[in-house]
Amino acid sequence: MTGAPLLALRQVETFYGPVRALSGVSLDVHEAEIVTLIGANGAGKSTLLMTICGNPQASSGSVSFEGRDITRMQTHAITRLGIAQSPEGRRIFARMTVMENLLIGTTPVGDAHVDEDLARVFDLFPILRDRTRQRGGTLSGGEQQMLAIARALMSRPRLLLLDEPSLGLAPIVVRRIFEVIGELNRNQGMTIFLVEQNAHHALALAHRAYVLANGEIVMEGEGRELLADERVRSAYLAGA
Amino acid sequence: MAYFLQQLINGLTLGAVYGLIAIGYTMVYGIIGMINFAHGEIYMIGAFICMIAFAVLGFMGIASVPMALLVVLLLAIILTAAYGWTVERIAYRPLRGSFRLAPLISAIGMSIFLQNYVQLLQGARVKAMEPVISGGFVLMRDGSFQVTLSYLQLMIMSVTVVLMAGFTTVIHRTPLGRAQRACEQDQKMAALSGIDVDRTISLTFVLGAGLAAVAGVMNTLYYGVIDFFIGFLVGLKAFTAAVLGGIGSLPGAMLGGLMIGLIEAFWAAYFDAAYKDVAAFSVLVLVLIFRPSGLLGRPKVEKV
Ligand SMILES: Nc1ncnc2c1ncn2[C@@H]1O[C@H](COP(=O)(O)OP(=O)(O)O)[C@@H](O)[C@H]1O
Ligand SMILES: [Mg+2]
Repeated sequence: MTGAPLLALRQVETFYGPVRALSGVSLDVHEAEIVTLIGANGAGKSTLLMTICGNPQASSGSVSFEGRDITRMQTHAITRLGIAQSPEGRRIFARMTVMENLLIGTTPVGDAHVDEDLARVFDLFPILRDRTRQRGGTLSGGEQQMLAIARALMSRPRLLLLDEPSLGLAPIVVRRIFEVIGELNRNQGMTIFLVEQNAHHALALAHRAYVLANGEIVMEGEGRELLADERVRSAYLAGA
Repeated sequence: MAYFLQQLINGLTLGAVYGLIAIGYTMVYGIIGMINFAHGEIYMIGAFICMIAFAVLGFMGIASVPMALLVVLLLAIILTAAYGWTVERIAYRPLRGSFRLAPLISAIGMSIFLQNYVQLLQGARVKAMEPVISGGFVLMRDGSFQVTLSYLQLMIMSVTVVLMAGFTTVIHRTPLGRAQRACEQDQKMAALSGIDVDRTISLTFVLGAGLAAVAGVMNTLYYGVIDFFIGFLVGLKAFTAAVLGGIGSLPGAMLGGLMIGLIEAFWAAYFDAAYKDVAAFSVLVLVLIFRPSGLLGRPKVEKV
């Protein structure tokens, strides 16, 4: 990889009270890459994505985006730089309609391109088009995941953070979600940082990958390289 | 029948004002999950600004009533909203994330402070004001009893209806309202979506205080007397209204307000006026026994 990274973490440490969840994490995500982060449950993957968004903030080390230090910025201000996240557990606004959830997604950029962007996310996830007036809480798990990604896309992000988008979904839905991630990257050059516990799909799709264990990066390499690695296979791809 | 109709008019007028104040309780509860115990005092501040502003306008010789009314309303809304903003900044924001009772205690402190502050600046005596709007329509005559709808009552009801309709539209149709509801449901996700949660919470206090200011102006015009302590009972009743309707629910606050106003008016008319407040609170107790989440409130346990 050449040129400055879009996102760079350097020696990031994050605590929950006295408990250290991340220690000395450094990683790069370059423009137009899909980078994946795999690791066991409790390794600190969600903490890492949330630290990028400033909640919780890193207590030492730095997070920078397009060369700018964002370690101490507030979450809502970070989104305005072009970072969007579909978080763990999807966090759909259950009592709002699908359309309202999507409109909330436009908050960082305003509503100048709403129609165009709605058309784009409905092309990716046609099922959402039929559900616009339905409350978020009434959607199936797969639909909620699609909505969470679509909501993130409504802010026209330069960097899309996805936290376990396949968790708990039927195989056919998982396949569709991973297809969309690939399409976004290929067709729009979208930069994607993908966290997955279920590593097979993610490694196959990613240009590069990191392995997180107990809050530390223990391995990094090309996606296919890690997919073939014995240690990765035994630890994270058991049964796959 | 005529007597009944008159009580209905009186009750709706009272209820409109309670409803306006109840919205402030319910919105703040919705977004930070806590009761703003200083909200009654915010209403009281609105009433004092109204009284002072009319005195100043009178002194300046402004004779046009609609003009004066408009100026007073705007002034009361803006200044009272500033107090609402300050209450959040001082009593709530610094304590966010601390133990649950802390902000309640600081809000009660704020409420006591505001009472004393007004008492010091304005004195403890009851202040009275000449009626600004008098007259009305006689709707019906029944022997010597006549049913009147005063211009002031008509104004109170129409301003309330307009404000409530406008407010409902803001909450349901505008980006600000969406941000407000998003913060109510999930502040972490709201922030991840680009919403400035702190600003939205501030705005909620400001909007609630603005409505309380209107209520303060209306009641000052209606009763003509105020003192530094009026926020207590009116605040308590508006709070009761919010709980009765379902705390956190906007239509609930409006419905609860109307019910409390009607109960009070009818009880005073048909039973013993001395017990009208007891009647209102008793209805609250009954509703809470049979519907703990209030008339229009969401049940506590939500399907995830
Ligand atoms: N809000 C929190 N408060 C305290 N500890 C937390 C919190 N969130 C996560 N943790 C702890 O931090 C560690 C990393 O969690 P997390 O980032 O959710 O891991 P992963 O996403 O890889 O499963 C775990 O030990 C978890 O128990
Ligand atoms: Mg996680």
